[in-house]
Amino acid sequence: MTELPRSYAERDAVARSFDLFGFLSRYGTSIALVLLVAFNLAFTRNFATMQTLNVNLTQVCTIVIVAVGMTLVIATGGIDLSVGSLMAISGALAPMIFMGKILPIGSIYLGVAAAMIVSVLVAGLLGLFNGWLVARFRIQPIVATLVLFIAGRGIAQVMTNGNLQTFRVPEFQWIGLARPLDIPAQVIIMAVIVAAAAWALKKTLFGRCILAVGGNEKASELAGIAVSKIKLAVYGISGLCAGLAGLIVIAINSSSDANLVGLGMELDAIAAVAVGGTLLSGGKATIVGSLLGALTIQLVRYTLLANGVPDAAALVVKAGIIALAVWLQQQHRG
Amino acid sequence: MTRPPDGPSPLLLDMRDIQKRFAGIPALADASLCVRSGEVHALIGQNGAGKSTLIKVLTGYHRKDAGQVLFEGEPFEVHSPHQAQVNGISTIYQEINLVPLRSVTENICLGREQRRYGLLDWNAMHAEAERLLSRFAIGIDVRRPLGEFNTATQQMVAIARAIGFSARLVIMDEPTSSLDEREVGVLFSVIHQLKAEGVSVIFVSHKLDELYEVCDQVTIMRDGRTVRSAAMEEIGKLELVAAMLGRDVAAVEGHATAFGERDRSRIGDVMFSARGLGAGQAVRNVSFDLRRGEIAGFAGLLGAGRTETARLVFGVDRPSAGQMTMEGAEYHPDRPADAIAAGMGFCTEDRKGEGIVPEMTVAENLTLALLPKISRNGVLDDSRQREIVERFIRELGIKCSGPNQKVRELSGGNQQKVLLARWLAMNPKLLILDEPTRGIDVGAKGEIQRLIRRLADQGLGVLMISSELEEVIEGADRIFVLRDGVSVTELEAEAANEEKVLTAMAHGTGASSGATT
Repeated sequence: MTELPRSYAERDAVARSFDLFGFLSRYGTSIALVLLVAFNLAFTRNFATMQTLNVNLTQVCTIVIVAVGMTLVIATGGIDLSVGSLMAISGALAPMIFMGKILPIGSIYLGVAAAMIVSVLVAGLLGLFNGWLVARFRIQPIVATLVLFIAGRGIAQVMTNGNLQTFRVPEFQWIGLARPLDIPAQVIIMAVIVAAAAWALKKTLFGRCILAVGGNEKASELAGIAVSKIKLAVYGISGLCAGLAGLIVIAINSSSDANLVGLGMELDAIAAVAVGGTLLSGGKATIVGSLLGALTIQLVRYTLLANGVPDAAALVVKAGIIALAVWLQQQHRG
Repeated sequence: MTRPPDGPSPLLLDMRDIQKRFAGIPALADASLCVRSGEVHALIGQNGAGKSTLIKVLTGYHRKDAGQVLFEGEPFEVHSPHQAQVNGISTIYQEINLVPLRSVTENICLGREQRRYGLLDWNAMHAEAERLLSRFAIGIDVRRPLGEFNTATQQMVAIARAIGFSARLVIMDEPTSSLDEREVGVLFSVIHQLKAEGVSVIFVSHKLDELYEVCDQVTIMRDGRTVRSAAMEEIGKLELVAAMLGRDVAAVEGHATAFGERDRSRIGDVMFSARGLGAGQAVRNVSFDLRRGEIAGFAGLLGAGRTETARLVFGVDRPSAGQMTMEGAEYHPDRPADAIAAGMGFCTEDRKGEGIVPEMTVAENLTLALLPKISRNGVLDDSRQREIVERFIRELGIKCSGPNQKVRELSGGNQQKVLLARWLAMNPKLLILDEPTRGIDVGAKGEIQRLIRRLADQGLGVLMISSELEEVIEGADRIFVLRDGVSVTELEAEAANEEKVLTAMAHGTGASSGATT
């Protein structure tokens, strides 16, 4: 009796009259980014250089790539905690393949190609496993993906016997180190992934289904949408993204440490998605928002470090930004 | 309004002229409820009649705007269900709110643990739990986890816990909805036991047979008012149903709906048929046929199994018994997508929960089922989507600022039109409409009723579920009455009238066709 259909309209009328929150939750991230850039231009020395841009973009790339997959998962109303561990697995597997530890491959090009494809696919398959737990057994996503969050890093350590793998293989490391047209390769990869995902979410059947499932799962099922397949797919994609990000990390480092690759990445990615304006309960998502969110967090950290604030303090500021973004979302939804 | 005649036992509860508004909308206009000591009192009414609100006013969940509540002769004012329980009024809800992994004693004594020297006094608590359960002739080992016992026993423990030693009035809100017949029998024996001890029971249920089996007195509510209060044996089932629905059994009315004249000549062959459908307790034996160009109406009380049957037909749930055929072929939907592929559509009664995607636009909601048809190689065809959406907004007169308005901003009637359009855009052969005009304003209601008739005239088979009697009687070409999960009666529209439908809803008999047990 209390929930009358018109309550939505009323709520919206209220929201419209104080639209500050709505405005902030929509454009807050962009505004923050612009303000940060302005601040740095004014106060940070040597900010307006290609080098600064490259440093920041390079550092943010892997977060953005993982955040793209995370955005799709969150858009369906789920979450993926396993991405960091999947990065570790793919990061541990790839060197084993191109260094010929599993089976000797004559050509280094063939070895690298196999390493890249197999390790990303393995991460994708493990992502599908997450999706299978969520869709088939209706396990809460946070619990289902906790399985690989915990087990994944263990698997990576067992695969490598806990050893650090170091290598110097330019044929592989181009994805972290090459600079075609003076742009880091991973920035190009990131841009392509962001563009493809943003387009898919807006313009394709798959994207529309993702948002419908997150917006109202029962209604989607009744409209004939294969809800289970959509969920499988988003977790699979999240796994692929994590696998690729794992390769980039080890390529940059010229080494792979199963203990460290992707450590804490799940939280960075979720933070980027939340700050970017994607609804954490699903149904409303923006890939470009996640990109902006990741950039904002990165730039805040850079700004603080460049102005002599220690990293530990920067973490506190990062937490504050995330809390603010989520709070704004809550306000807007009434 | 009538009050019960002065009987031998005194009034335990006297609620008079209770009023309650939510956001200016009256939920209770003039509700009264009088319960005597040791009496089992049925409280009945349709959805939205105000039963729950009245109960919640009594138990302190809501605060009344006006009126008087006397309990044991004293003014009674509590501010929480817990406070009500302390003061002798306990409520038992449909779900068992217990902790299956903990012992029976812990469950019963939860929140009122006994202490001795600052420690829990287990011996005293076990003894108390045993004493409490022995009242209901339950002799179980109270040290064992509750989850080891069957549902009936768990239900009894829930009741024992709720009642404790101090309850003078026990409210049971649809206590039998999740129980099987044997468990219902156990529950009834508890009710008799309570009655023998002078405890009163308010029994909320939609199952008429149960009411007659266990209740002494009945209060009937409609539109927030108490319309009738009588001794159970004084009121017949038909009268009861008529009072609930606000029908005068004798009265004949003019047209109350906007369906318009039906044209029988347009009705074709049988398109869909179901035989002996069953699923759990909700659907036990439902059979019906649906012809091309025909509106088949499902009538029945709440809980008669109408929505559940529709969900079986649309593949949302799976039947455990019976067969279905669609256009002559066997039909076994595993999921809604199968039903859609067979040419069906389903407008749910739960528009907000299962119908609209609130954050999406009118266009996105309207094309939700159509998506595969308006995309090429997985890419949506924006111009086709726009064309279809604009056509339906125009044809159905959906009032919105445009295709890109959020659907949650629309009125209930316009949301319903969007959902209808979602299915009409699919060009279906069979459309299931569950309460198509519930909760929408009169104007939109008429438009939707006219639309349904027009669609049927164009050859669509419509299965319409409605709790509004005139909607079924005036709208449907053929009426199936469901009662306790069984299709008890089939009536041709010309032969149907309110009395026949009400009789079938009340007694389960009437001009019966092959669809009986």
